[in-house]
Amino acid sequence: MTGGYKLSYFLQQIINGLSIGSVYALMAVGYSLVYSIMNFSNFAHGGVIMIGAYIGYFCLTMLKVPFFIAFIISALGAGLLAVSMERIVYRPLRKRNAPFLYFIISAMGASIFLENIVIASPIGPTFRTYPPIFSTTPIMLGSVALGRIDLLMFIISAISLAALMYIIEKTKIGLSIRATSYSIKGSTLMGVNVDQVIFIIFIMGGILAGIAGMLFGMKYTVYPQIGNITTKSFIAAVFGGLGSLPGAVFGSILLGIIETMTSGYLSSQYRDLIAFALLIFVLVVKPTGLMGKSTEDKA
Amino acid sequence: MSWVYISGILILSGINMLTVLGLSLLTGFTGLFSFGHAGFMAIGAYISATMTMRMGMPFIPALLIGGFAAMLAGLLIGKLTLNLKGDYFCIATLGFGEAIRLILDNIQFFGGARGLANIPTEGTTTLTSVVLINVVAITFLVFIIKSRHGRNMVAIREEEMASQVIGIDVFKYKLMSLAISALYAGVAGGLLAHYLGYIQPIMFKMVKSTELTIIVIFGGLGSVSGSVIGALLLTFLPEILRSFYDWRLVVYGAAVILIMITRPQGLMGGKEISLKGIFNFIKKFINKNKDKEEVKS
Repeated sequence: MTGGYKLSYFLQQIINGLSIGSVYALMAVGYSLVYSIMNFSNFAHGGVIMIGAYIGYFCLTMLKVPFFIAFIISALGAGLLAVSMERIVYRPLRKRNAPFLYFIISAMGASIFLENIVIASPIGPTFRTYPPIFSTTPIMLGSVALGRIDLLMFIISAISLAALMYIIEKTKIGLSIRATSYSIKGSTLMGVNVDQVIFIIFIMGGILAGIAGMLFGMKYTVYPQIGNITTKSFIAAVFGGLGSLPGAVFGSILLGIIETMTSGYLSSQYRDLIAFALLIFVLVVKPTGLMGKSTEDKA
Repeated sequence: MSWVYISGILILSGINMLTVLGLSLLTGFTGLFSFGHAGFMAIGAYISATMTMRMGMPFIPALLIGGFAAMLAGLLIGKLTLNLKGDYFCIATLGFGEAIRLILDNIQFFGGARGLANIPTEGTTTLTSVVLINVVAITFLVFIIKSRHGRNMVAIREEEMASQVIGIDVFKYKLMSLAISALYAGVAGGLLAHYLGYIQPIMFKMVKSTELTIIVIFGGLGSVSGSVIGALLLTFLPEILRSFYDWRLVVYGAAVILIMITRPQGLMGGKEISLKGIFNFIKKFINKNKDKEEVKS
């Protein structure tokens, strides 16, 4: 192996890691948003991603709409699903001040429901491939190959994340989201409509999940268990610190790079194992993650 | 339906019941939520199968060694993660369960992804042994729950901070609860391995863990008899309604949400069926009839 080849192989892994990591970030952010306000892990997020991927697939194959329209439809569809899930599943619990255990159990129920209704319906458990949208010949930058889909994944994720950050940091809605994440009671007293804030975080998380689902479907295939990929975004969110958005993005990118490095230099068999080992390691050493807010028990 | 078929389902529901009983202590009585109990089952299954196949050990000691190996894993993972707050423990058990499966996938000694075959099934897991083990398990569980330790666990479930204030060692009791439930899951795993005759890592996926938790919730958080009834019902129903098999998990998912919204206490609602209770019920019933007769006369 020559030195130049080694370097370009390394750069190749970094680029693949960035593109995978940026899609993880799309999922982790939606998950972290819910955690920051409602303090529970929304395990049903994977179901939303899966439905988003299927909407995109059927828009492209059956309705034959142009690619970007399919993109918008799947994002909106997933957003709608996330919001209706909040209405049906979480709101009754919220109104009753149910313990957080009930939220997690319901989220798990919703995730099982979504995954299996797709398997049991005529769609079935088969793997489906997206129709080719872009040519598969990569763009060459020197000796590093940039896959067109990888490039698209990175660009779309970066744009969506930037838009989300703008909303959270610069707008009035973002201000109320940030206020609610500090204290639900306090912000309610200041006139923040908490129901509205929760509606907005679910629709934003859902839209990002739809986008992530479609990107994953394009890169790999669509199947009912595709939502399981969210376990990776849980890991990334814990890695960066639960409830912190920059942490979620940073953790996701880091996880993406670690994963591609593992499959590039060791073996792809160890990829998931390393990810889970990393999760347990982080939980043991620094459970608040790299940028997490410290959780104080305010009884 | 032949007897072999029915006893087969009974054995399977007994195996499920054993894990569910342990999980009931953890989730129903201590208020901890686990996504990784299939991992403990896997440890029990692989260790006990290795003991009988490779070491030629008798069935019951092998089963116990499998159970204790799972318990050891539970103690280890609990020691590391139980002082974390709620969700973190959940995610840690998820990571643990998946990691165990992936590790087994890569160990050639345990047959990798193809798993182990030709595990002795003759005279090992029979309906009698499953029933006996379950009886022991239920008795032990009821003793724990009725004891000071069980009451401490319920106190932790209800109000962790308050129980810490009155001097309950929260960490110790959480660890104890996790260890016992891991032991139950490990023994159940061993029984499963010796019933089927083969095991593969893919049998212990996360779906298995969530299915077990669903049974606990369905039976009712904080009720042993609820867990027993839940395990019997939810193993029998899908077997009888075979055509319904694909829709089984859809209904489970919807049922869990519905239970949480309308009746979070589940089927039994924290109540128990006991012999004393049944006697009292019959006594009341007889007295009522007597009263009626007296009024008539």
